[in-house]
Amino acid sequence: MSSEHALGSSEYLVEVEDLKEYFPIRTGFAKTTMLKAVDGVSFKIKPGETLGLVGESGCGKTTVGRTLLRLYKPTGGRVLFEGKEVTDKNMKEYRKEMQMVFQDPYSSLDPRMTVEDIIGEPLDVHKLYGTKAERRDKILNLMSLVGLNAEHATRYVHEFSGGQRQRIGIARALAVDPKFIVCDEPVSALDVSIQAQVVNMFEELQDKLGVAYLFIAHDLLIVHHISDSIAVMYLGRMVEKADADELMSNPIHPYTQSLLSAVPVPDPETARKQKRIILEGDVPSPLKMPSGCAFRTRCRYATARCATETPPFTDRGGGHMVACWEK
Amino acid sequence: MENTNMPKKSPFSLQVDLSKFEKATDEEKRQQDVMSESTTFFKDGMRKLMKNPLAVASIIVLVLIIGTIIIAPMVVPYSYSDIISVGGKRDKTAKNLAPFTYSKKEQSYMDETGEKLFPHIMGTDSMCRDYFIRVVYGTRISLVVGLFASILVLIIGVFYGSVSGYFGGRADLIMMRVVDIIYSLPDMLIIILLSVVLNETLSNTQNPIIKTLGTNMVSIFIVFGLLYWVGMARLVRGEILKIKSNEYILAAKAVGAPSGRIIRTHVIPNCLSVIIITTALQIPSAIFTESFLSFVGMGVKAPMPSLGSLANAAREGLQSYPLQLVFPSVTIVLIVLAFNLLGDGLRDAFDPKLRR
Repeated sequence: MSSEHALGSSEYLVEVEDLKEYFPIRTGFAKTTMLKAVDGVSFKIKPGETLGLVGESGCGKTTVGRTLLRLYKPTGGRVLFEGKEVTDKNMKEYRKEMQMVFQDPYSSLDPRMTVEDIIGEPLDVHKLYGTKAERRDKILNLMSLVGLNAEHATRYVHEFSGGQRQRIGIARALAVDPKFIVCDEPVSALDVSIQAQVVNMFEELQDKLGVAYLFIAHDLLIVHHISDSIAVMYLGRMVEKADADELMSNPIHPYTQSLLSAVPVPDPETARKQKRIILEGDVPSPLKMPSGCAFRTRCRYATARCATETPPFTDRGGGHMVACWEK
Repeated sequence: MENTNMPKKSPFSLQVDLSKFEKATDEEKRQQDVMSESTTFFKDGMRKLMKNPLAVASIIVLVLIIGTIIIAPMVVPYSYSDIISVGGKRDKTAKNLAPFTYSKKEQSYMDETGEKLFPHIMGTDSMCRDYFIRVVYGTRISLVVGLFASILVLIIGVFYGSVSGYFGGRADLIMMRVVDIIYSLPDMLIIILLSVVLNETLSNTQNPIIKTLGTNMVSIFIVFGLLYWVGMARLVRGEILKIKSNEYILAAKAVGAPSGRIIRTHVIPNCLSVIIITTALQIPSAIFTESFLSFVGMGVKAPMPSLGSLANAAREGLQSYPLQLVFPSVTIVLIVLAFNLLGDGLRDAFDPKLRR
């Protein structure tokens, strides 16, 4: 670690600069093509803040979260935590600061372990306790924090419902007392009624513990509810990023506009008046990305320029960043 | 009970009529808290296994056989390698006796002294040796070979398969091609060739362990160690590839757990059922191979009996003394059948895909 980084403590907790993650895909005999899952994504998150990350399936949201935590080795770009660069070598210590909550509460918990051992695993790995009794105390504290009863500790995960399982997953992420949690679609596998409980719990935990979230989801309403700012991704790139309320009320990028028009409105009167912007065609294959702006093949406003030059991600005032030539 | 504060249902609405519901009392709520007894995967599997009559029967058969081969040599006063002797003299007349009969010398000895000699439960063989004790020792050899060969296969196969499956990529590619090559060798041919070669090389050794075991036994173990682990390795690798795609492995990585810990605490326990089942099914196959090798004369060395070599020896007098072939053959069949049924029972009980 260079001294420059050691000195450079920043007001941001997590800074991601030009993060790239390419996967080699075999497309033929002895021929590989790079799948650009994440292609130059940058964002910053302040302590105790939440950044929502939305986009349709396969746009690279999950890959951003996983690459950020070095579950995949990034192809390019860097990640700074409290102003210091995170590398493969010092990642072990940052595993205590950055944690993850997974999408599927059924496959993210080991079916052969008791709840106690699942929540205790981070404690075991980082040796965060002195005695057995201390370990148990910590686990029971975490369990009550996420609303699980102490008697659940010796049970196996197949005895729990989806919502309870997700609580176990959250308790595991909180075990190391992290400052930052990547929430990878933590509620999309749950029933709507349970979604609300879990999302509210995320908010309560943020108030109590001051953790920052990168909240990945495809449900714009939930993301709006929990996030301070929202970023929209399309085919591995960020197309728009703004304050949550600003983005919801004043979307600039044509893709964001169409996403917002698809959000169901609970009031039938307004829903009838609302006009949906329906996108033509399918998402292009990430193996064959369109030249220039990735969205141009489905964009109503696309011009010749969009095909030749990639639009820069520029500030349109008040931190509202958009990557579009025409808007 | 009439709930006045509930909203009225309009007749055409699909909305649930709330007035038809009652509030749960505290006692009823408490009843909801009582969940079923917490069971582990292993306990649950054992409970299912004990409900399977075939599996229970085969466990009983195996326990009886194992009990017999442990206790019988202590009780029966005859040795597997020596001719029966009466009053300190070798009894050459005790040849090919039928079960529970005595030779002339034994009969006259008993008449003289009034002492009762231990009966020949399965008669005697053509060399005047007690056949029951020979079958018992033969079963011992067969079971020991089966168990040790399976343990050998278990250790090598699980280690190789888990390394190959867990690390994947190029290592997996190379390791699995090695497995493919071994798989494509004709195993019986290799076993026979290897046991011939190993017999030659091992017969000159002074190693006391090899001497007591017999060179043929050692060569059988080596053959199993070299050839038979590939099936296990493939199975374990496949299972691990499946387990690896689960998010809990990713979660353990996100927590910072090292690879060794992940394999130990997450991967191996989750493919344990496959390993147990395959091992249980490996034992009869090893016993079979050993019997076959002994039958063709490549197995254990005389005078040490094995079920296969006993069957081979009985072939000569088949028309006069068919029982000498029946006893070892029935024992092989019983053991192999019991292990196979037990293996099937284990699979039904532990394989989560077959859960009902």
